[in-house]
Amino acid sequence: MANFFTDNEDIQFLFQHMDLARLARIMEDDFRYAQQFDYAPVDADDAVDNYRRVLTMLGELAADRIAPTAEQTDLTGPKLNEDGSVTYAPGIAEAIRLLGGADLMGFTLPYRFGGLNCPNLIYTMSIEIVSRADAALMNLYGLQGIAETINAYASEEIKSQYLPDMAAGRATGAMVLTEPDAGSDLQAVKVRGYQDEQGNWYVQGVKRFITNGCGDVLLVLARTEPEIADGRGLSLLLVERGPRVKIRRLENKLGIHGSPTCEIFFDDAPAKLIGERQRGLVTYVMSLMNGARMGIAAQGLGIAEAAFRVARQYAHSRRQFGTAIENFPALRELISDMQVDIQAARALAYFSSFCVDLQYGAMRKLELGQVEDPAEKKALNKQSRTYRRLNAMLTPMSKYYCSEMSVRVANGAVSVLGGSGYMKDYPVERHLRDSRITTIYEGTTQLQIVAAVRGVSSGTACNLVNELLAGRDWPAELTEQAEQIRAGNELLKQAVEFVKAQPGTEYMDLMGRRLVDMAICLIVGAVMLDHAAVNDRKKVVLRRWLATRLPELRMNHEFILSGERSPMTDFETLAGPVPAAE
Amino acid sequence: MEYHCVVCAKQVPDTKRITAEAMKEDGTVNRAALPAIFNPEDLNALELALSIRDAHGGTVTVISMGPPSAAEVLRESLYRGADRVILITDRRAAASDTLATSYILACAIRKLPHDIVLCGRQAIDGDTAQVGPQLAEKLELPQITYLEELVSLAERTIRVRRNVGNGFEIVEADLPVLLTVMETANSPRPPAARRLMKFKKARTPGELAAEVAEQMGAEPDDQAVVAEADRRARQLQARGLLMEQWDLDAIGADLNWCGRTGSPTKVHRIQSVVLTGGQYREFPPTEEGLRELVMELIEDHTLG
Repeated sequence: MANFFTDNEDIQFLFQHMDLARLARIMEDDFRYAQQFDYAPVDADDAVDNYRRVLTMLGELAADRIAPTAEQTDLTGPKLNEDGSVTYAPGIAEAIRLLGGADLMGFTLPYRFGGLNCPNLIYTMSIEIVSRADAALMNLYGLQGIAETINAYASEEIKSQYLPDMAAGRATGAMVLTEPDAGSDLQAVKVRGYQDEQGNWYVQGVKRFITNGCGDVLLVLARTEPEIADGRGLSLLLVERGPRVKIRRLENKLGIHGSPTCEIFFDDAPAKLIGERQRGLVTYVMSLMNGARMGIAAQGLGIAEAAFRVARQYAHSRRQFGTAIENFPALRELISDMQVDIQAARALAYFSSFCVDLQYGAMRKLELGQVEDPAEKKALNKQSRTYRRLNAMLTPMSKYYCSEMSVRVANGAVSVLGGSGYMKDYPVERHLRDSRITTIYEGTTQLQIVAAVRGVSSGTACNLVNELLAGRDWPAELTEQAEQIRAGNELLKQAVEFVKAQPGTEYMDLMGRRLVDMAICLIVGAVMLDHAAVNDRKKVVLRRWLATRLPELRMNHEFILSGERSPMTDFETLAGPVPAAE
Repeated sequence: MEYHCVVCAKQVPDTKRITAEAMKEDGTVNRAALPAIFNPEDLNALELALSIRDAHGGTVTVISMGPPSAAEVLRESLYRGADRVILITDRRAAASDTLATSYILACAIRKLPHDIVLCGRQAIDGDTAQVGPQLAEKLELPQITYLEELVSLAERTIRVRRNVGNGFEIVEADLPVLLTVMETANSPRPPAARRLMKFKKARTPGELAAEVAEQMGAEPDDQAVVAEADRRARQLQARGLLMEQWDLDAIGADLNWCGRTGSPTKVHRIQSVVLTGGQYREFPPTEEGLRELVMELIEDHTLG
């Protein structure tokens, strides 16, 4: 029996190494739920043991039952029926049934709604495992954030009506945001939400590119305040699948074929308001989106892991010129750096998830209202703010890095397999196609950088690196690496200062990717330093990471300080004339 | 209408991961060298029982005869949805062959309500496929072996499609009945996370005694150990986490029919068969060539 959790040495290491007991204490609120639910843990060890068992079970399900269906799912895809209903590919339908039956569709929901009350980090691990088996399935499995959003913001009545079915996999959801003229710019949403004289809500208009728009529970971003043109005029409405919700078309996509991407026409569909009016985009969708971005980061990791394994195996067994191709220096470098890339991305994403849990932990304690001591309250407020600021940088950073890494690694896997990699005989061409979307949806790479660069330019990144390095005696064999990271951090500071000295924000946006790359080099370096302190394999990985990335960091530093801005000043010349539309 | 199902499950060495140490010198299986797993086709039997319960109501009881460690397959049964599990364990049952095993299982099942008794077709360690049929004989139940599909179940009549090697037949029987289930019958459901989180703490009295003895650094029959194990057993029982454990006395078995005494099977001779590549023959891709190939495969018993 194969297992995508236990067979992954790096995930095993991180599971052991990261302080999951701390997260368990956050989630379990002094382990009070054990009184009420006979499956809830009684202490932190019990909870961490649950996490391990649940991931082990999922790992086996992913390897033995889901992965074997991925190829056929890619070929079949979903079908739009004449009556407007959508039929999933058989592998997807069966996987949803299995995951629901195994209680895995409510990973982070509270116990009272049938959830497992797991921390975000464990959910992130689970998404990686599912995505390695079938990236397209992740688009349904990873929609658990919709239930989370309902849990966080909807009324108790709505929660108890929908969440148990969602946790059991009997109902799936969709986040219904994008429109033909509102993609990255969601403030431009036009779909109308309105009330009749009795106060009942309805939704009217067209949404496009909706993942699982054929699901049962649709969270629709709609304009409820026609007089307010920007994001503050938008609210979040829950629409159930029904006769007034018409799926007009399924998109024909490059990858993730198993995931139905729908165009939906809401024909005055009855709706329910989630939370308060006008907070749809500014509060609810932003929160939903942050969770979804971590999900996409994990999806990228899973795809990369799957592609890497094929490439590693192939390079080991494929012989040319009388030897295994893994013996050629070019291949050695390619394969080594694919693996280092995966581990760097995983270190960043898991660290980010961990920080999301810590932010949530501080908020949760405050919301439960049991903190009486004003000093403690103040400390918690501060902690909550600090982590919010940190996560506002780390979440888009993880999404950016993991998704781009996914494309790089899948592309590298095709290179390793050569002609065979280009053929459908091997899964790497599918992994490459599947990976490509990760850099686009839930905010494109360019938008992630815009979000992350604020944290870098405000000093959050440099401070984080300093904090991670400080207060520890690094083992003698790692002092050199610690010093290198410190020196790199100085260069990042200089680059940030230079950018901030420029008028406006244009230069910062132009240099955004370079600044964020510098920060990622150092944050990953510092996080991996902590790993390397206890693990010899990680020492080697860290050395390679710094050996390849510090020269890039110095290049970015030089480039940023050069003030080169010709894409802004000479765009017409550099880009040439606009071709006539055909 | 509700049905009471009893599933017989066996813990077996994972023969897919076989190594050179898999066999002892006397030709019996070296269980220590291989990971112990739920016999695969017993999982299919459990799945069928669970799906009958899901569709019609009733109960699913899983029994396993084996050493104390066989409690693990019972926990796994609980994770997947079994209502009740019973471990039949007794040193005097050691070395039972299929005859003695089916006798012991029959004694146990007589004590349980049973409309449908389900076994896997065969266990991957012995591959005999005898226990199910022998059990049916002893319980005086009709038996349907090699079940591939439950065609229908209504009132006291069951209709089943069974695999007969080169085809299938559909047969009907009155309840109570014994079925042996094939791998192709279904895909066993995975454990359910919440049941996993709950029943990971389930223990048999024997396991508790061993745990307590180890923690206290004393023998399992030490009085303090027994008292502490009893205390913990009561705690577990109150939470529905104490798994039942029956010995041969509890099921009223005649010891002459159990264990080594009750087992006429003896290992006569062990052969180490090493398969090596040898000569090959080519058949032309024509009607005539194919006919020749099939005939030859039938003659050397590769087919049929």
